Amino acid sequence: MIVGPDREHGLHLLAQMLRIRRFEEKCVELYSATKIRGFLHLYIGEEAVAVGTIEALLPDDAVVATYREHGHALVRGVPTEALMAEMYGKLEGCSRGRGGSMHLFDAATRFYGGNAIVGGGLPLALGLALADKLEGRERVTACFFGDGAVAEGEFHECMNLAALWSLPVMFFCENNRYAMGTAIERYESETDLALKAASYEMTSWSVDGMDVLAVEAAARKAVAEVRDGSRPCFLELKTYRFRAHSMYDPDLYRTKDEIERYRQHDPIPALQRRLEADGSLSASDIEQIERSVAEEIERAVAFAEAGTLEPVEELERFVYWEGSLA
Amino acid sequence: MTAGVQTTAITYREALREAIREALSSDPRVFLMGEDVGLYGGSFGVSRGLLAEFGPERIRDTPLSESAFVGAGIGAAMAGMRPIVEVMTVNFCLLALDQIMNNAATITHMSGGQFAVPVVIRMTTGAGRQVAAQHSHSLEGWLAHIPGLKLLAPATIADARWMLAPALADPNPVLIFEHGSLYNLKGELDRDHGPVDIDRAAIRRPGSDVTLITYGGTLPAAIAAADQLADAGIDAEVIDLRVLRPLDDETVIQSVARTHRAVTIDEGWRSGSLAAEISARIMEQAFYELDAPVARVCSAEVPMPYPQHLEQAALPQPAKILSEVLRMLGKGSGG
Repeated sequence: MIVGPDREHGLHLLAQMLRIRRFEEKCVELYSATKIRGFLHLYIGEEAVAVGTIEALLPDDAVVATYREHGHALVRGVPTEALMAEMYGKLEGCSRGRGGSMHLFDAATRFYGGNAIVGGGLPLALGLALADKLEGRERVTACFFGDGAVAEGEFHECMNLAALWSLPVMFFCENNRYAMGTAIERYESETDLALKAASYEMTSWSVDGMDVLAVEAAARKAVAEVRDGSRPCFLELKTYRFRAHSMYDPDLYRTKDEIERYRQHDPIPALQRRLEADGSLSASDIEQIERSVAEEIERAVAFAEAGTLEPVEELERFVYWEGSLA
Repeated sequence: MTAGVQTTAITYREALREAIREALSSDPRVFLMGEDVGLYGGSFGVSRGLLAEFGPERIRDTPLSESAFVGAGIGAAMAGMRPIVEVMTVNFCLLALDQIMNNAATITHMSGGQFAVPVVIRMTTGAGRQVAAQHSHSLEGWLAHIPGLKLLAPATIADARWMLAPALADPNPVLIFEHGSLYNLKGELDRDHGPVDIDRAAIRRPGSDVTLITYGGTLPAAIAAADQLADAGIDAEVIDLRVLRPLDDETVIQSVARTHRAVTIDEGWRSGSLAAEISARIMEQAFYELDAPVARVCSAEVPMPYPQHLEQAALPQPAKILSEVLRMLGKGSGG
């Protein structure tokens, strides 16, 4: 049983989850209004994972994420305005508009990108951690990936190499039970993902990814093990996405009943109920959080709307690094 | 040899090793990793002795996990290190192509210029050793297709010795292709030479009648052909491209403007080859200088066969270059 958070921390976790939820709901609206185009992968339903795990990181740690990474970027502290401008493809975006929804980057918060190749971020995370190890820095690299990545050869290469070289990588496996439209039972011979990681001589376990308090507690323990032991750790977060894989997905591969069943475990109302039961949350708290989140998103949309489109003359910039390095 | 210039007899392999040793000695951010680079000494012997000298932290033997260790090199570079990643051969780089193409080549751009990727990835390339289809590829042309990468092909002792330092200083991912037939190449190394540029092609043999354009493992074939042409009274210029991306058009175009004839020699397959790219650029930029269509001498379009006579028949040979030039000059089919 996870001990209840103090009031302030509980409200903070709730606000973080609501920031992601409302940001993405706004993105859906903007997608329909054709302000946002391309692929848009929503994290709705999975917010407890990004919020609980990133809570366990220190400011100097690194994050490597997937193409479903709006939430991670938001709670990691990438400015909301810059995120929304990126969704719009504007110059003021966190990747100068060149990356879009799937490629959010931010050097200031050591956010090493959304990676749109499943499993493609794992080797990068190893490299970031190797650099820290060689330079004697006690930092952690948090590497997020989905259950689908576990079927990639790259996953197995990276589990092995990270354990073999004792690299300080925190592997956060966001198991939402689907590799796009294929359910895990249909693509994995062994569906216990923590067991796979354990076979690489790595501490690993699973946690309910719909419970932000459980996620945070597990993440703190795991991250501490990575930091203190300078070795990798694997945490499987069992979660579920309420929305389709992307805006193109007609969601034909699962039943409405199944989605509804998981909606009963929506992490946001779950935390709300918990805080209410503890007497830590009043109606005015909710109102205040919602208002503040709504204002934040409104500001971000206004910022993105007012943003500039990069001049076409600059098309071929940033293919190569501009200038030299120290 | 010019009086006063200090030279040493050295092999291409030793020149590469000296370059790596110098990089490791001069910059603590540099480390070497790859399959069998440590205890084994490198599958082509390039890194022999470096493990004893620099220790296992900086000379890292890796599992056979090309995607993981190439990607780790990219990540370490993004975090400020200067990794030299050895992929045993170009054939195995296919197992790391996702990392090379989707990460190394794109991250600077996708991040809007926030992250540099100063990684160096070395690999052996080419055929000629009877190791059959899966170990004989020349995929430089494929990789040269990718914006965001820089590609180098050292074909001389001097380039083997001096190209690594500028490659490591470059803020971009640099792929270095070492042709397997060159490791035992022996020559005099000019000790005072110092760093070379990694921007320009080099004229290895000046001439006025025809330009032979090549790189890497086929440079010796082009030089041999030029020597034979000289016996026939034909003065061939030989250009070593050295840098396969971005290509140095200027050196090529200026040469063609002098000689009015060009033959490209490329161990890659003819279709969609670097030779095709060079030919197109000459057509675009020097069409009216040409006295004859640009000719290409490439590898035959077959997976490399094992038997020596078939392999040699598949590869660009001096005789083929010779006959192309003679044909171009209207002097018969040659050999």
